[in-house]
Amino acid sequence: MLKTPATSEVASEKKSVSKKKFVFRLNANDKYFSMFFLGPSLLLLGLFVFYPLFKTLYISMFLTDTFGNTTVFTGLQNYVNLISSADFMNSLFVTLIYVLAVTVLTITMGLLLANLASKKLPGIGIFRTLYSMTMGVSVAVAAIFWLFMFNPSTGFFALVSNALKLTPINWLTDPKNAMLAVIITTVWMNLGFTFLILLGSIESVPRSLYEAAEVEGASSSRQFFKITLPMISPTLFFVSTITIIDAFKSFGLIDLITKGGPTNATNMLVYRIYKDAFYSGNYAKSSTEAIILTVIIAFFTLIQFKFLEKKVNY
Amino acid sequence: MQNIDEKAVLKRLMTYVVLIALALVILAPFFIGIWTSFLPTMSIAKGDLFNTNLSLDNYIAALTKTPILRYLANSLVISTITMIAQLIFCSMSAYAFVFLKFKYRKLFFALFLVTMMLPFEAQIIPNFQTIKSLGLLDNYAALIVPFLTSAFGTFMLRQSFKQTPKELKEAADIEGLNHFQFYSRIVLPYNKISLITLGAYSFLGAWNQYLWPMLTTFSNNSRIIQNGLKQLQSEETFNDWGMIQASAAIIVIPTIIVLFIGQHYFKSGMNEGAVK
Repeated sequence: MLKTPATSEVASEKKSVSKKKFVFRLNANDKYFSMFFLGPSLLLLGLFVFYPLFKTLYISMFLTDTFGNTTVFTGLQNYVNLISSADFMNSLFVTLIYVLAVTVLTITMGLLLANLASKKLPGIGIFRTLYSMTMGVSVAVAAIFWLFMFNPSTGFFALVSNALKLTPINWLTDPKNAMLAVIITTVWMNLGFTFLILLGSIESVPRSLYEAAEVEGASSSRQFFKITLPMISPTLFFVSTITIIDAFKSFGLIDLITKGGPTNATNMLVYRIYKDAFYSGNYAKSSTEAIILTVIIAFFTLIQFKFLEKKVNY
Repeated sequence: MQNIDEKAVLKRLMTYVVLIALALVILAPFFIGIWTSFLPTMSIAKGDLFNTNLSLDNYIAALTKTPILRYLANSLVISTITMIAQLIFCSMSAYAFVFLKFKYRKLFFALFLVTMMLPFEAQIIPNFQTIKSLGLLDNYAALIVPFLTSAFGTFMLRQSFKQTPKELKEAADIEGLNHFQFYSRIVLPYNKISLITLGAYSFLGAWNQYLWPMLTTFSNNSRIIQNGLKQLQSEETFNDWGMIQASAAIIVIPTIIVLFIGQHYFKSGMNEGAVK
């Protein structure tokens, strides 16, 4: 839970009084202390992050047997094979569609809710609590709630369309609708957290700006686009990158709702990595896909870092 | 307040209507889930949702006929240990980066930053093999050991530790405190809020794990609740929706209550916390 840039400004102002650099006193003891303090984390990250990274990279340049042992060195052939495989490109494509839809919808709806809930009205606290409630829902619970909504025979949507004499939608058997179902569920799960972060950011916009706009007779939609949106843009950017990164890593909901189907319509990157390794035993292919995922995630994290760095130094 | 603008009242009313409508849409799956958890499965199967034949039967069935309490206990133990471990190891490494001077400090810190760019999902194959060769499959340790520390936690605490007033360090030096004493008596208490935030974050992270526990645990003895729910769903071939919804409710209701109570605190914690 990284802190939102907008609120960080307030906090850093508060603390700037004591924000002087420490004077380091270099003494021989520090060497042993630092080994003690840093050692455990370094060891753990080495074993569970860096070793796996290099191992995955290594495997991705070989052919493997069904036990995952490397057999023949093939260089970049696995990558070439993947990129020329229609199946993989489909996965990449559906992942991109999913990430794009989830991000746009999460941010738009989060903004709408946060803007509404930032109004100073009696009882607004209740709505704030209700809107942030999906934050307490874990992936398996969300899947159960929505599977019941989507269920073709007894589900809520089926009942409603029956009652209204409409043709029921085949949520999970039609490829396009299955993707929509996964997107809806993901956005729903994201909403609570996104709402809270954006609300915090909107609340930190100085009241005086709105008062000035009020005097000039600016409409509330004009105030939103001319004041709120620009003022919270750092937070918006931050929440967007988090949402993008999370969406690329989606696995749980897909496994619980569609299992990558129907006909690979929701067979996204991580689901593929898992299937190729633990179902098909094709460790080389799975590792190659894992490296591609790593590159994508690293790219978006870097953008985020670059941005935060700018915020830090300002 | 005689001349209350009629337009303003109307506008306010409209805002409430929108607020309520949105709340209903967002909470619909939640309410429908909780509502059906009180209905007999037969009525759900017949699509008779407006039944008033409410009972706790589904809850009793979920608690007595399924290992859901075991799953919950597993989740609680694993999340708590992960949280404590991350608080200890992340605060230690953050302390090293802020208060200790040593060779290659910048390089090590860069390594931590790089770690934050690497998705765990992409490293499941070697990690699975590591856990397997350590003989930890289907064991609590499989779900804990890879997450004893976190680069993100270290980074977050480092940002917070850097704000510790210089005067405290000077006072500690005059008092003759060594690093262990300064760390445990001053730095940790001073950064309580950030530690609580990291604690909540790491607990929830462990609680919401799905892919990794699915790969490394296969018995009810170590299965955590997320995977347990899936297990229940697939075992119920006749789709006992009432009981499935009751199991979901058993898990979500405590979380929601904690969230209600903790929201204020949690929100201020999030704002106090991380990145500067």
